[in-house]
Amino acid sequence: MIRFVNVNKEYKNGVKALSNINLFIDKGEFVFLVGPSGAGKSTLIKLILKEENPTEGRIYLNNRDITYVKNRKIPYIRRSVGVVFQDFRLLPNKTVYENVSFAMEIIGAHPKDIRRNVPMVLSMVDLSDKAHNYPHELSGGEHQRVAIARAIVNSPPILIADEPTGNLDPETAWGIMKVLRDINRRGTTILMATHAKDIVDAMKRRVVEIEKGVIVRDEEKGVYEHEIPGY
Amino acid sequence: MSMRFRVIKNILKQGFKGLWRNKGMGLASVTSITAVLVILGIFLILILSLNNVVMDTREKFDEVQVFLEDEITASQIEEIENRVKESDKVISVIFKSKDQALEEMKKSWGDEGYLLNGLETNPLPHTLIIKLKDIEYADSVAKSIENMEGIEEIQYNQDIIEKLVLFSNYIRNGGLVVVSILLLVSVFIISNTIKLTVTARKTEINIMKYVGATNGYIRGPFVIEGLLFGLIGAVISILIVSYGYNYFFNAASDKLYVLFTVYLVPPKALMKDVMIIFIAIGAGIGALGSLVSMKRFLNV
Repeated sequence: MIRFVNVNKEYKNGVKALSNINLFIDKGEFVFLVGPSGAGKSTLIKLILKEENPTEGRIYLNNRDITYVKNRKIPYIRRSVGVVFQDFRLLPNKTVYENVSFAMEIIGAHPKDIRRNVPMVLSMVDLSDKAHNYPHELSGGEHQRVAIARAIVNSPPILIADEPTGNLDPETAWGIMKVLRDINRRGTTILMATHAKDIVDAMKRRVVEIEKGVIVRDEEKGVYEHEIPGY
Repeated sequence: MSMRFRVIKNILKQGFKGLWRNKGMGLASVTSITAVLVILGIFLILILSLNNVVMDTREKFDEVQVFLEDEITASQIEEIENRVKESDKVISVIFKSKDQALEEMKKSWGDEGYLLNGLETNPLPHTLIIKLKDIEYADSVAKSIENMEGIEEIQYNQDIIEKLVLFSNYIRNGGLVVVSILLLVSVFIISNTIKLTVTARKTEINIMKYVGATNGYIRGPFVIEGLLFGLIGAVISILIVSYGYNYFFNAASDKLYVLFTVYLVPPKALMKDVMIIFIAIGAGIGALGSLVSMKRFLNV
């Protein structure tokens, strides 16, 4: 599904963000990406979304080499990856329904499909009754659930969540995690960058830890931190 | 196919929305385009009319006038006529006596012709009018007879025509410079207007990119918006130029300037070209302005 082979990324200003990254994420996995701020989590996500090109190595997405693609092909790659951000990024002048249907309109979906899919994903994130509310009428958790609905409405095989619970209180964060788990159970591969220790520890999923641009740990059913001797 | 159609429909819808959202700056854009096009129109009319004058002058003045002394004899006149006729550059030679000349002048003065009745003596000379095949032969024909008996003065209008051509070149080049500068200013104003829409829709554009909207889809509405500003400006300036020029033309022909309006391009002959040029330029500036403003934004 996602494969990095010997990937290096050095920014133009000389900062080495990632070194020798080898990573394989299989279809249907739920992977946590952890590590301190500035470790390279965001860079890794940017490489998948084609916001940045790697300096060295190869990147594959859905068995397709996306290391170097023409600019005009990038939108079509992004259609196979849903994204959720820490800051939600909803359009304030559109209702919940419109915020989600917008993602389908952009790719020219049939109105019939829009009318079918939008209510479906809204019920998946438990927001059917808020379909006609505007973002300012929603809570933080509801904001993020709209963002998730928007990310999955075009049924991408991969969902990337960049600190999706970062702005939410613990209880709300758990609500979001339940939604993400449900989406994962339906077959969507999920890669989630996070700092939320208790969530990672409780979910018992694969954990990939990055530090200073290097993968320092990759374990099944992992926890947020390696046991520290003497702790 | 129908997917493409829906995408185009969305782009158009967003374009019109942007047009409405930016009414204020849009007015500035439309005004600047209108101003450029109206000025362009004025130059166009000037240049075309001057061209008319040059062409007409060339035709009218492809002759040499030989003013003769009053005491000239018939044989002397004949001698000059024969000399001139030898040249293959000459079409015809006509003798006009001083009485004929005065009579013609009275006619051309029309109602005021009676004023000439008060003259005690006729001040006009006998004239030989030599029609040439082309004005550029005037010099050599004049030289061939200038030393003959009975000639007072030889007059031709080579220099007038040269001056006219020079003058119309100045007007054309000046117009080109002024219009180019104004075109640049308009592109700048439009691109700034479109930037407002771009900024207003920054989040939306960002989200669009992550959801996989193509650059064309993102750029489309802004190009439409710019194009619409350009077209509105073009339509307004077409109206201004056509009504304005029509009014001016009629007013000028009604009153005393008939001689002058002869040289003006008739409004009807002009309008079709003006419409095509204005719409093309208006749409061009609009689209260019919006592309300029978007360039920086799409590199993500």
